Amino acid sequence: MTTTRTWPERLWTWVLYLSCGLVFVFLLGPILAIVPLSVNDSNFLTYPLTGFSTRWYGEFFTSEKWTRALMNTAIIGIASTILATTLGTLASFGLAKARFPGRGLIMALVMSPMIVPVVIVGVGFYLFFAPLGLTQSYLGLIMAHTALAAPFVVVTVSATLAGLDPSLARAAASLGAGPLTTFFRVTLPVIAPGMASGALFAFAASLDEVVVVLMVAGPEQRTLPREMFSGIRENISPTITAAATVMIVAAVALLIALELLRRRAERMRTGAEG
Amino acid sequence: MGSEVTATPQTTASRGDTVASRALLRQLRRAERRRQWGAFALVAPLVLFLIVAMVLPIGDMLRRAVDDPEIADVLPQVTRAFDDWTDHGQLPPDSVFAALAADMASARAAGTLPIAARRLNYAVDGGRSLLVNSARRLPETAPNWRDTLIAADPRWGELDVWAALYQARGPLTDFFLLAAIDMQRDAQGDLTATPADRAIYRDVLARTFEIAGAVTLLCLLLGFPVAYLLANLPPRRSNLLMILVLLPFWTSLLVRTAAWVVLLQENGLVNQVMMMLGVTEAPVRLVYNRIGVYIAMTHVLLPFMILPIYSVMRGISPVYRKAALSLGATPTTAFLRVYLPQTLPGLAAGVLLVFIMALGYYITPALIGGAGDQMVSYFIAFYTTDTVNWGMAAALGAVLLSATLLLYWVYNRLVGGGVRLG
Repeated sequence: MTTTRTWPERLWTWVLYLSCGLVFVFLLGPILAIVPLSVNDSNFLTYPLTGFSTRWYGEFFTSEKWTRALMNTAIIGIASTILATTLGTLASFGLAKARFPGRGLIMALVMSPMIVPVVIVGVGFYLFFAPLGLTQSYLGLIMAHTALAAPFVVVTVSATLAGLDPSLARAAASLGAGPLTTFFRVTLPVIAPGMASGALFAFAASLDEVVVVLMVAGPEQRTLPREMFSGIRENISPTITAAATVMIVAAVALLIALELLRRRAERMRTGAEG
Repeated sequence: MGSEVTATPQTTASRGDTVASRALLRQLRRAERRRQWGAFALVAPLVLFLIVAMVLPIGDMLRRAVDDPEIADVLPQVTRAFDDWTDHGQLPPDSVFAALAADMASARAAGTLPIAARRLNYAVDGGRSLLVNSARRLPETAPNWRDTLIAADPRWGELDVWAALYQARGPLTDFFLLAAIDMQRDAQGDLTATPADRAIYRDVLARTFEIAGAVTLLCLLLGFPVAYLLANLPPRRSNLLMILVLLPFWTSLLVRTAAWVVLLQENGLVNQVMMMLGVTEAPVRLVYNRIGVYIAMTHVLLPFMILPIYSVMRGISPVYRKAALSLGATPTTAFLRVYLPQTLPGLAAGVLLVFIMALGYYITPALIGGAGDQMVSYFIAFYTTDTVNWGMAAALGAVLLSATLLLYWVYNRLVGGGVRLG
């Protein structure tokens, strides 16, 4: 903070620190509080803890219900991430390359899955794809999650492309590289961190999605969030806290990966400039 | 550009120039067109995919808000016979009664009567049993179908029932859209408010806006100081604190909801701490009610308030405030009259973003709220999967979608303006 001089200023600074501290406790407290409960040996989800036990993790990683949910989350998440990243990256290049008629409309369409309330997407999918036999199928869920994740890829890759120095490609071309060589040896390495963070956003979007799964998935396709939903609704058991902890670890891993990618992208940019 | 070329004087030399520049222009245009097509070809796969996976499903859903085929499909003769009914102040003529009786007999034989019965039930209390029971009581032939029908159920002598059947004759209807805002048509076809004992959707919509508004306000109150702190700390320390905002942001919604259910339960940590601190004697009910919904939704949406405000605040040069201070403004005045106005684009973006997201919430109220805390999304899902009243689901969906798109349009204008201001 700036140098404080008078006592009211100092008081305000402390009020600011205190209120922000409380907000940080509010933001992180619940997430941190659920972790110890997952290694508590009691059936009750209350403090104080009664003893250490890994049995809830044992149940989480061995029960058929949770392992299938874990598998489904991975299958649907990875498939929709690959699809969304491919489609989204291509589209970002197209959108960055030229202004063609209807560009505004296309941008609105591409961004729409981010804006439209997800329950409407879910109902739309439910009513439209049920007659085609795509509900209660992996394909239907992967399609829905791809649509929901694609805007994240377009936003991140477009931001990277906007920061891409066009003289790089011109320099490569003037040195005799063909368009493909230029793309794979010059452009791609520069935008790769952007693509990777887009993919991480896409995966996180799929990992967090539950409304569409609630409406479209059959019992075979239930994902981790879906199992947690019924777990919370019916009878919250300590296994949920183990599942939650696993997902918190996933969130931390995503956060670290994104931070590393951000640093790498920064290095590439400054390296290109300097 | 083309007009410039044709406007050149008609000398031999310039005609040669014109031909050459025309060729060049053509070439340029062709190259530009090729570029555009190339760009479009790159965008096309995603556009096509989104048309199939977003536009068509949502369009199909919205169509169902005005689509009303059941009565026309199941009772085709009466639908046609309604042409004979000219004076809607009186009961329809005998031909309509006869057509209805014939329709009921054939629909009953085909097993399709329940479809029409369900549709009539949306518009008339007890409409389902009215249609099914009187169909069961009808004889095969009758000298006068009007008397026979009224004898089977006296409600066939009521104008309201016939008006409802008439208005449901399809193929299009405004019934569901009107119902979504608690309006209906009376026997004469005029708009009236739905009677208070049947009106629920205005309450649901008002509640949705109330919850979204309260959560937005809470997020603003909690988010503003944090954004301010993050924007004014040295980068190293603010980056560290930023992780505290980003970790909840990246943590699954279900995890956070589960955490709140555990913490807010009767013997949960929050109640334990409050009792230890002497705030309350006995456990307070914090979950499965509005308090829980406010707490959990604020927790989920708070990062969406902090991040836009932070990014605008970080771009505000400290020079202005220093100038205000050096000109004799008190720190409070400098904050309120110089700093705060510059944060408005970020505040507007955060407020609208959180409000738009909160409007569509479903999971958190469904898990943490009680029966009186469900938002419009809950009813959309409920009508889709539980009661199969797709018209009503679609109409409520249309209302929610319009509100969202309208607010997003405002958001886009404000944030676009905000970027230019910064």
